[in-house]
Amino acid sequence: MQWGSASEFFAMGGYGLYVWTSFAATASCMIWEVLALWRRRAAIRAEHQARLLGGIDETAA
Amino acid sequence: MSRSSMWEAVREVVRRDVLLAMRRRSDAAMSVFFLVIVVSLFPLGVGPEPAVLKTIAPGVLWVAALLACLLSLSRVFTADYVDGALEQMVLAPQPLALLVAGKVFAHWLISGLPIVLLSPLLGLQFGLEGEALGALVLSLLLGTPTLSMIGAIGAALVLGVRGSGLLVALLVLPLYVPVLIFGAGAVTSSMAGIGAEANLSLLGACLVLSLFLAPWATAAALRIALE
Amino acid sequence: MSVNWSKYSAPQAFYPLAGRLIPWFAIVAVALMGVGLYMGFFVAPTDFQQGESYRIIFVHVPAAWMSMFLYVVMAVWAGIGMGLNARLSYMMAQAIAPTGAMFTFLALLTGAMWGKPTWGAWWVWDARLTSELLLLFQYAGIMLLRTSIDDTRRADRSSAVFALVGVVNVPIIYFSVQWWNTLHQGASVSMATGSKMASTMLLAMLIMTVAFWLYSIAVILARVRCIMAERESLSVWDEQTAVIQDAAEAR
Repeated sequence: MQWGSASEFFAMGGYGLYVWTSFAATASCMIWEVLALWRRRAAIRAEHQARLLGGIDETAA
Repeated sequence: MSRSSMWEAVREVVRRDVLLAMRRRSDAAMSVFFLVIVVSLFPLGVGPEPAVLKTIAPGVLWVAALLACLLSLSRVFTADYVDGALEQMVLAPQPLALLVAGKVFAHWLISGLPIVLLSPLLGLQFGLEGEALGALVLSLLLGTPTLSMIGAIGAALVLGVRGSGLLVALLVLPLYVPVLIFGAGAVTSSMAGIGAEANLSLLGACLVLSLFLAPWATAAALRIALE
Repeated sequence: MSVNWSKYSAPQAFYPLAGRLIPWFAIVAVALMGVGLYMGFFVAPTDFQQGESYRIIFVHVPAAWMSMFLYVVMAVWAGIGMGLNARLSYMMAQAIAPTGAMFTFLALLTGAMWGKPTWGAWWVWDARLTSELLLLFQYAGIMLLRTSIDDTRRADRSSAVFALVGVVNVPIIYFSVQWWNTLHQGASVSMATGSKMASTMLLAMLIMTVAFWLYSIAVILARVRCIMAERESLSVWDEQTAVIQDAAEAR
């Protein structure tokens, strides 16, 4: 373990800006991708369920 | 099918395209005009310093040639696509890749060759002389057919697609990069006194590779587009 | 154990299979990312030449590897699709492109972040960087070509042709830029880190790479499921399997 304190860890030996920008960009891209897929799936599911319910209504009528 | 009928068909394709182009000469003249104008803009933007112009000349001339070739790509297949001639070509007994190669050759004759012939004049505008001018002409002579070959793949892929003009540029320009590097490199290295041979032979290799691969890819793309 | 793999090549069977596999890939990916980050930040020593800035490679190298690997995988699926005329292969190729493009973008961004303190420049026209940039253009081209064509079948096959052409192009670009750099000396910067990597550094990088790989599989499977559901929304299997399964999951 080479970090004396939390502030030393975040400073990254003076390269904190570069290191943390890289990791933050990677993390946010991945999270954004997962969320986008989640929303896409939710939209599809909502559409399917609406159609399924619609189908049931039609047969009932 | 006999070998001679195959070549006859190819010759017919070339003859027809060249004839059509001769009838509408302004079309072919436009891409040449474009080349001249783009090349003339650079000194106005960069400044008249001869040393600077000489340094940027290979890159500028090659990029301009690339763009001029790109602009003319839509003409390779669109007219035949609209009037149904392309459909007949797909159904013809001759291999489609061979007919495609004929069309690409015609395209090079119409829009590539004028660029090659004009290039020494444009090179003089930038202060190129002697060996460097020769390298420029030779590199364009070897490189522009490759540009037509690769460009035809893109033109076939976007046939009848909306916004195809911009799309074909986005597809084709990344594929043009090696040709640009070797082409401009040939001129630069001849100016530096290293000699252009290595770059020219690499351009030749690109041409051979595209000659073998591009007509098949283009034929596949045409079949997909016409299905 | 013998598994009848061909059974899963049909979308009807693949859809629920992918749904079952996604959580496992995701869980292992997150766990490995945790391990990799811990190793990268707390176990791997400081590089005596680059200081702490080298830690960027723990995301940069995996992202760069994935960007190229995914392009090849996408081209393979595109080729299988062309050869066997298999819809599932085209859907896989379609699902891979956005993730591949994302990793290409990340490789370029983190590369700039690493280059600035190490070389003093955000960008150099090195063979690797230039190939990566053109790879991004090709990913963009494939996705734009697909969205510009309305007919799904044509979009599938056209982007497959372009993906296959691109797979020939990238190595040629790499070689040509390397060649070009020997001509234009001055800007040449050695990519070699010079110092030998400590084994813990290498291990952390490999763990992160495996984690990114598993993440990609999970995300791509999730996307291919979306694509299947969107494309075949009217077919019976989808109504039955997808909705019933989703309803069961929701319960």
